[in-house]
Amino acid sequence: MPANVERKKKKSKGRVKWSNLYTFSCFRPPAPASNRLDFGQPGFTRVVFCNDSGKHKTKPYKYSGNDVTTTKYNVITFLPKSLFEQFRRVANLYFLLVAVLSVTSLAPFSPLSLIAPLVFVVGISMLKEGVEDWHRFIQDMEVNSRKVNVHIGGGVFVDRQWKMLRVGDVVKVNKNEYFPSDLLLLSSSYEDGVCYVETMNLDGETNLKIKRCLECTLGFDEEIKFSKFKAVVRCEDPNSSLYTFVANLEFGDVDDSNDLDLNSSYPVSPSQFLLRDSKLQNTDYVYGVVIFTGRDTKVVRNSMKSPSKRSRVERKMDHVIYVLFFMLLLISLIASVGSVMYTDRDQTDKEWWYLRLMDDRDASFDPGNPLVSGFLQFLRALILYGYLIPISLYVSIEVVKFLQAMLINNDQDLFDEVSGKSVEARTSNLNEELGQVEMVLTDKTGTLTCNQMEFRKCSIEGVSYGGDVNEIVRAASQRMNIDIQSYRFNLDGDDSTPRDSMETVEISSDHVNESKNSILDGEHDMKNLGGIKGFNFGDKRLMNKMWIHGSNVWDMMMFFRVMALCHTGIPVENEGQSGNHRLKYEAESPEEVTFLIAAQEFGFQFCRRTQSLLFVKEIDPSGLEVEREYKLLNLLEFSSSRKRMSVIVRDEFGQIFLLCKGADNTIFDRLGDGGRAYQHATTMHLANYAEDGLRTMVFAYKKIKDSEYEEWSSSFSKAKAIIGPGREELLENVSEIIEKDLVLLGAVAVDDKLQDGVAECIDKLAQAGLKIWLLTGDKKETAVNIGFACSLLRHDMHLFNLSLSREVESKNELKAMKDDILNQIEASYRATINEKTKDDPFALVVDGKALEIALRNDTRDEFLQLAVNCASVICCRVSPKQKALITRLVKKYTGKMTLAIGDGANDVGMIQEADIGIGISGMEGMQAVMASDFSMPQFRFLERLLIVHGHWCYKRISKMILYFVYKNIVFGLTLFYYELYSRFSGDVLYDGWYMVMFNLFLTSLPVISLGVLEQDVSSDICLQFPALYQQGQKGIFFSWKRIIGWMGNGVLTSLVISILNVYILSPSAFRKGGQVVDIAHLGVTTYTTIVWTVNCQIALIITHFTWIQHIFIWGSIFSWYLFLLFYGALPPAYSNREYKLLVEAVGPAPMYWMVVLLVVVISLLPYFIYMVIQRSFYPMDDHVIQEMKYGRKVVVDDETWLREKQSSRKATHIGFSARVDAKILYLKDQLHKKRMFIIKSITNSPIRRSISVNPLENRD
Amino acid sequence: MDHKNSKKPTYSRFSQQELPAWKPILTPGWAIASFITIGTLFIPIGLLALSASDNVVEISDRYDEVCVPDDYSSKAESYIQNPDVKKTCIRTIKVPKKLVAPIFVYYQLENFYQNHRRYVKSRSNKQLRDPKAEDDTHDCFPKSKTKDGKPIVPCGLIAWSLFNDTYKLSTRGKEISINKKGIAWKSDRKAKFGSNVYPKNFQKEGLIGGATLDEQIPLSEQEDLIVWMRTAALPKFRKLYGKIETDIEAHDSIKVEIENNYNTYKFGGRKKLVLSTTTWIGGKNDFVGMAYIGVGGICLFMGINFILLYVFRPRRLGDPSYLSWNRHPIA
Repeated sequence: MPANVERKKKKSKGRVKWSNLYTFSCFRPPAPASNRLDFGQPGFTRVVFCNDSGKHKTKPYKYSGNDVTTTKYNVITFLPKSLFEQFRRVANLYFLLVAVLSVTSLAPFSPLSLIAPLVFVVGISMLKEGVEDWHRFIQDMEVNSRKVNVHIGGGVFVDRQWKMLRVGDVVKVNKNEYFPSDLLLLSSSYEDGVCYVETMNLDGETNLKIKRCLECTLGFDEEIKFSKFKAVVRCEDPNSSLYTFVANLEFGDVDDSNDLDLNSSYPVSPSQFLLRDSKLQNTDYVYGVVIFTGRDTKVVRNSMKSPSKRSRVERKMDHVIYVLFFMLLLISLIASVGSVMYTDRDQTDKEWWYLRLMDDRDASFDPGNPLVSGFLQFLRALILYGYLIPISLYVSIEVVKFLQAMLINNDQDLFDEVSGKSVEARTSNLNEELGQVEMVLTDKTGTLTCNQMEFRKCSIEGVSYGGDVNEIVRAASQRMNIDIQSYRFNLDGDDSTPRDSMETVEISSDHVNESKNSILDGEHDMKNLGGIKGFNFGDKRLMNKMWIHGSNVWDMMMFFRVMALCHTGIPVENEGQSGNHRLKYEAESPEEVTFLIAAQEFGFQFCRRTQSLLFVKEIDPSGLEVEREYKLLNLLEFSSSRKRMSVIVRDEFGQIFLLCKGADNTIFDRLGDGGRAYQHATTMHLANYAEDGLRTMVFAYKKIKDSEYEEWSSSFSKAKAIIGPGREELLENVSEIIEKDLVLLGAVAVDDKLQDGVAECIDKLAQAGLKIWLLTGDKKETAVNIGFACSLLRHDMHLFNLSLSREVESKNELKAMKDDILNQIEASYRATINEKTKDDPFALVVDGKALEIALRNDTRDEFLQLAVNCASVICCRVSPKQKALITRLVKKYTGKMTLAIGDGANDVGMIQEADIGIGISGMEGMQAVMASDFSMPQFRFLERLLIVHGHWCYKRISKMILYFVYKNIVFGLTLFYYELYSRFSGDVLYDGWYMVMFNLFLTSLPVISLGVLEQDVSSDICLQFPALYQQGQKGIFFSWKRIIGWMGNGVLTSLVISILNVYILSPSAFRKGGQVVDIAHLGVTTYTTIVWTVNCQIALIITHFTWIQHIFIWGSIFSWYLFLLFYGALPPAYSNREYKLLVEAVGPAPMYWMVVLLVVVISLLPYFIYMVIQRSFYPMDDHVIQEMKYGRKVVVDDETWLREKQSSRKATHIGFSARVDAKILYLKDQLHKKRMFIIKSITNSPIRRSISVNPLENRD
Repeated sequence: MDHKNSKKPTYSRFSQQELPAWKPILTPGWAIASFITIGTLFIPIGLLALSASDNVVEISDRYDEVCVPDDYSSKAESYIQNPDVKKTCIRTIKVPKKLVAPIFVYYQLENFYQNHRRYVKSRSNKQLRDPKAEDDTHDCFPKSKTKDGKPIVPCGLIAWSLFNDTYKLSTRGKEISINKKGIAWKSDRKAKFGSNVYPKNFQKEGLIGGATLDEQIPLSEQEDLIVWMRTAALPKFRKLYGKIETDIEAHDSIKVEIENNYNTYKFGGRKKLVLSTTTWIGGKNDFVGMAYIGVGGICLFMGINFILLYVFRPRRLGDPSYLSWNRHPIA
């Protein structure tokens, strides 16, 4: 096994005792002693015999296998189960009934015409289900057959498929592999048994987490040693909580006799627990024992069955169908009652002798058995008037949605050149939902951000480097048509001493110039530096050793040293690029990597680390490069409560330094009196950075006297040695002692890089009236940074923080927590409804734990009320399950259409739960995409997908359904009216083929072209007028008003058609030859008018005629005549009463054509008048915009166009533009103030700050 | 790179939904133009139709009640069913206007449901067409076979209930000949009723429904039957009885000798004799003309109204003040 050998080599070569480097073994939390008692009790019954999976073949230790199935069906259950699914829809059940009945003699037309469409509809839906399930199956297969190294005894490890894995197996997982099941970590390639895990798929967090094995299993770090490994794990039963794990490892030294001595037992904590679907990183390999398999694993327990989604329009359509169904029942009832009455009245053959009802009795007209015949008539009517409930509607919708999805998939503007992927509609069910979204719930990492950090700016000694003008200001000044230059010109004129709004920092005007230049240069440089990943910084003053010419080189150097020394990273060889000596780094968090890269760029290359030494190549103030070594004395670890990290190093000259980095508040609190020189300027810069959404960190240092250090060091060692509950706290306290009287150096700002176009997209969405909630597993600071970066938050917002206070949290009492949260919610809510602040923008930041409380039944309403009042909501530290829960509650309690978008497995729940789920397809994991309804490579495509395609699809489907209802009411009711003329005997006015042709050929293509190609306005106008999107949110195109209106129109039209045809055509002759009409003539004329009317009606509602619509609409009418001609030309054996109908009978009769013209015009007149009145007096937005765009040929009033474009935006507090607006307001205000000042001859000009934005350089 | 590019959707104006399109907008101009056009088109058509209808002379005479002798007036049924009573009935019709040949003679039945499903279905098209298919009577119940199982030709209720009143017209003592040829559709005679199919066992037993047929004459020449077999669409219908090919002067009186055989008394139907001339719109039909004029009038009215509105309260095309955000200004 050469690979093995190599791995071993690597291990010995690169082995660094990580624990000694930067931790003080404080990972071991106190054992939950009380839990030990619980084992064997309910909830804690699981027993795992390690390395002895054979014992798990029998009960009671038989646990499920490691194969995971996400499919809904299998080969056997597919047919019955999916059929059952299909016929759960009422409409389908009705069609089935009709199809069954149609086989009997009751049917007035051929059974095929009823069965074929049903088979089509059900078949298509089943096929879709099947294909989707097949994809799931393939994915399961792929996952289940991944390979993992499993111990098969005697120290031999072989590759096995994941699904073969059993509980108790010992596995070896290599670097960059996923864990096949939930494992107990035994040992790793590092001597101290740590390993690094990326849990992206679980919680979306990208930083690495450290796991560490128990000391007792540390020895099992070679394959051969496992031949003698025996242990028993007693643990909790499978559950879905990702962050807890309670277990006991019973394990004794295995002696040679192979007897298991299990007398020693060790508590196991989550830190030894490796979760399935997380990934091993930065560690060559680990050994672990399988604890939970397959569906018992935490990640699978966190996943939910994918629900089948139906769009709201479709659900509403169901109600329309119910109305129609009621209508159908009603007229069927009328028909059957009528029929019975007439059949019953002539008990004998008395009246209608020519019917001979008593001879050869026909069950449908049996005077002796009126109830039976009534029932049969009822069934017949159900079939006959089934045209009211068009099965073809379902067929057409399927077809239309499929074509719509195809257009979405093939839209070039939804194609991402970088990833080579396109937006994909994975289910076409929900196209029209895209046009009605009100709430967007988005994941952060990988969705909004690229998961890539960049070093952007820094503030050293109170001077900001790396560019100042942010996009907001640039856009604001552009919009005001005043460029920064002219402002400055203006300002330079007056000999002022500009002060910023906080009236502290003085700057001279030439300084402004300088900083301005540096900005421009910086931007220039940035472009050149594009090659370095993680470093997006440019400032002449710092680059290329230029900083050595600065005034305070010492602090500058210390700043860079903090960057290069205070971290946990290690350099890795940069293969291939031997030409330049740049190194690559790996570290616990991506920020640290960017710091190291930046330090390297500034000339402080961290090049090597050993157990206790750090080597840095530094630039001396003289400009020469020297390699210095620092002895690492202590590392004071970062934790979320401490919010800082320090290293204590001794340099070559024996001086001891404490280098510290951390959050601004914590550092500022610990500055010494002499260390606050730059504090004010730095604070200003920090505020600016934060507003730009940059993640900031403050650097400080302190020189420690040897004696002081010795004293502290001993107490620290003491604290370290303690094992027990108070250890962590104690360590914190001890660290506190040394971390004080610091000297502030400056701050750095790192950009969690947003994906392309995210800010713009959010801006557009906000203008279109969508609310955006950010749900992330990341910590609050990161989430808030991103909130700023993508303009979900701004500085002038009222920010409510909802989180559990520390005391309450520590008590862990539900009641107290609830009260705490409720109080916070109420306080915030009061602020939102307060008169004074009512119109201000609010934002809510909720932390995962608080959220859990807030979403409980009794606080939920208050919470949601508050959340809805806020312009943006950010939920941080939420688990996948919580994401799904939030989505469900928001959906349920606000009744708003929700869209969830995410990229990782941790977003699957919310993607499935939302009305529309969107998966980002650019990343490696496919779970989100698999669960999604739409997938897209980049967040920014959401804009076009929603605002263009969503808007269109919604309008199209709505119009289409309404028209469909109309046309079938028209057709179905004319059949019914004829019943009234034939004594409810149920004779059909039309030939059977007409009936089949109606929905199949004569009216189907126009409505499909409407559903696929209709556009109220073109795509660019959709984007220009986001307000148009709100038509969908308000649901005005498929409101009950409209539905009833169209139904009424249908009833009216059917009446007009029937009555006019009957009264005009009978009883006198309709031709010069004296012939009178019979059933065939009346039928064909009525039918012709229907074909004309419904096709002209669709021409009235279509506003976008391409050649396709023309061909379909006019072609449909033409094809009716073609059909008549062809049908009439068949021999009478086939054509029956339609033989030569057109050429001989109706065609040559002027009366026929006159009737058609008259009836069509009268039928359409009411709608036409309605349309004219609506458009003249109550035009809707799309009407006016159409008129503005296409109607005015002479004058295109650009100004109006632009103005309306602006004002069509929804008043929103979030988004880039809103911020620009706020800035403009601010600038105008400032400008006004300035004028006032000039008038008063006061030289102070507060506008200065707003112009050069950030002229806060303060070099003393 | 090639691989990536291949995934890129190929550009077409269709897939980008950028096909050149006509985007009609219903502007006031269009609306007014449509109304005026319809108005100006429909009123002349209506006038033409009305005048055509006006030129038609139609005389109808209801005779079912009058032709029952007074002593049977309360039991018309027994009268009509009594084969021994003479059914001849003489009526006199005044001619108000000159009837120009061809004059069409119709009988009109009311409240007679030729469109009843049981009735409509009770026929065998095949049998009518094809002498070999005389056994094809399965649709014909309850009049498909004689009691001894012989097929009836033509079978079915429709044929069985064939109308059997006859009319003899004379004016000024001179008989007006009624041409009973050419009253059926040519296609029926040529293709649907066989020239080699002869009536068989028709009206031979049981209750006699209506007229009998001459077994020597093929069905294709039995035009009364052919006309009757074209089932009417509505319970009130006319059927051609024959054509008069001579003019009848105005103010003449026509003596009609009716053989009142057909039983409409049982179901309360009515019988009428109708003489009518035709024009290009067919028989007398004021309704269509009126409808055209009415619709034309309404459209003109609407058009004029909109013109006035347009003059007095014009709405500028694409007036942004109608946009929703301008109507409900955002606070």
